[in-house]
Amino acid sequence: MTGLATRTPKERIDAGAGSARNIERRAPRWALALILPITFLGLWELGAVTGVVSSRLIPPPSTIGATLFDLAASGDLLGHSLSTTWRVLGGFVLGASVATVLGAATGVSERFESIFDPTLQALRNIPSIAWTPLFILWFGIFETSKVLMIGLGVFFPVYLTFSGAIASVDRGLVEVGRVYGFRTTTLIKRILLPASLPTYLIGLRNGLGLGWMFVVAAEFLGASQGLGYLLVDGQQTGRPALIIASIVMFALLGKITDRLLATAGARFTRWQDGFSRETAM
Amino acid sequence: MAGRIQQGDGDVIELRRVSKQFDNGLLAISDVDLSVGASEIVAVIGPSGCGKSTIVRLIAGLDRPSTGSVQVAGHRVSGPDRAVGIVFQQPRLMPWLSVEKNVSFGLDRDAGSDGVVAEAIERVGLTDFAEALPRELSGGMAQRTAIARALVTMPPVLLLDEPFSALDAFTRIDLQQHLLDVWGWYRPTMLLVTHDIDEALILADRVIVLSGQPGAIHSEIVVDLGRPRARTDRAFHSFQDRAMSELSQSSQVVTSGSQAHGSRRPPGSGR
Repeated sequence: MTGLATRTPKERIDAGAGSARNIERRAPRWALALILPITFLGLWELGAVTGVVSSRLIPPPSTIGATLFDLAASGDLLGHSLSTTWRVLGGFVLGASVATVLGAATGVSERFESIFDPTLQALRNIPSIAWTPLFILWFGIFETSKVLMIGLGVFFPVYLTFSGAIASVDRGLVEVGRVYGFRTTTLIKRILLPASLPTYLIGLRNGLGLGWMFVVAAEFLGASQGLGYLLVDGQQTGRPALIIASIVMFALLGKITDRLLATAGARFTRWQDGFSRETAM
Repeated sequence: MAGRIQQGDGDVIELRRVSKQFDNGLLAISDVDLSVGASEIVAVIGPSGCGKSTIVRLIAGLDRPSTGSVQVAGHRVSGPDRAVGIVFQQPRLMPWLSVEKNVSFGLDRDAGSDGVVAEAIERVGLTDFAEALPRELSGGMAQRTAIARALVTMPPVLLLDEPFSALDAFTRIDLQQHLLDVWGWYRPTMLLVTHDIDEALILADRVIVLSGQPGAIHSEIVVDLGRPRARTDRAFHSFQDRAMSELSQSSQVVTSGSQAHGSRRPPGSGR
């Protein structure tokens, strides 16, 4: 008998992993993940059909689906989605670029950090949305102020994560570079940046998430295009199905862009020896 | 392999009355005189916190002495130099680079260095793992990669800062042999810091015993044994006894010293 007690801890872990794999073979993980939402949607639909739930305020999934379909068929959905996505991407590229430069500088140079970091930390405490009225006064109500708003939201998580990641790169690795007489620019390029890449990627994904948050705020404040505009429109014209359809689109686009970013980044962080190598979660 | 050779070339490493005090006031080493001749293998042993690593860091140009002079090949050390290779206690490999890329890490790119890199990797027996990432290596293989990285430029001086102390006994003995093979390849001048008496006696022509703290030279043992050396040899045992008694004498100095200084260690000495 090979009882559990006679196995090494390693074997026991392997045995555990084996039974987990068995479950996966019977029902893949994504199928398990779908149980809860599908049950929920089913009950929701049922409630609307039987009249338990007021379908005027809480439209059933079928109505929302129909709304999405109509929007898509008329081409409006694509237009709104594209203008929102472009704003997010514009703001993301802007905010992330500035954050990367400043984060690298403050992470590498203590003097640079003393100059910039206190001010940036102070500014960070202002809720970025509080800037909106000022931005609208300065840059008008059109694209510029929106993209800048989003950029500001993206900036801080990227800056903080990247600066911190660089500053905490293993001193031993940096010393290897010093042994080879690397200058600061070479140290940054060949040791500091690659070593902080995994954390930087997390910062970028956080930043992108905030970008999607800020685009809603930006589009609330005067837009004639975009998913945020659809939200406002749905509220003003009393169409909850339109509101929920926009929310679904936000979730979808947010997930897709995050996934793309994670997949692109995973190529560069495959060397990691972490608890879970699956970076793209 | 003869014990000491090419002594006529003059001293390659030379420390004269070197002291090092760190910014926090800790005196790591005091008045150290040390010279290592061309192709000589010298081991420095001593209790932990006696400034062994500090000596290596001064020679490597990673730290500056507070007083005294540190010279390599007749030139005062003013910073890291390609003529001095170093192997740390931890392999310190770049985790995102393959073994091959790690070994060639310090070389100028496009210098047509493929052959040199391949040879260094072969010298440490990792040819089959050239494409492997550090996380796929065992501790011993990782440290062999670090040795290959230090060797790839064939530096005339090779410094080893407790290179095998994080490894298990079998791997350690294996790597000590590897190191002797490497020495036979181009006969670099080697300074090895260790707290393992056997390791020092197996590898070195001379063993310097440090006392601490602050680190100062307690005594010197000339290991005039032929090679290869066997741990089971009677002559080897007598050297072990001698080194052991020197070391315990030197640590008695430490015990009284460490009461005054507490358990503080110089920064960087731990790794």
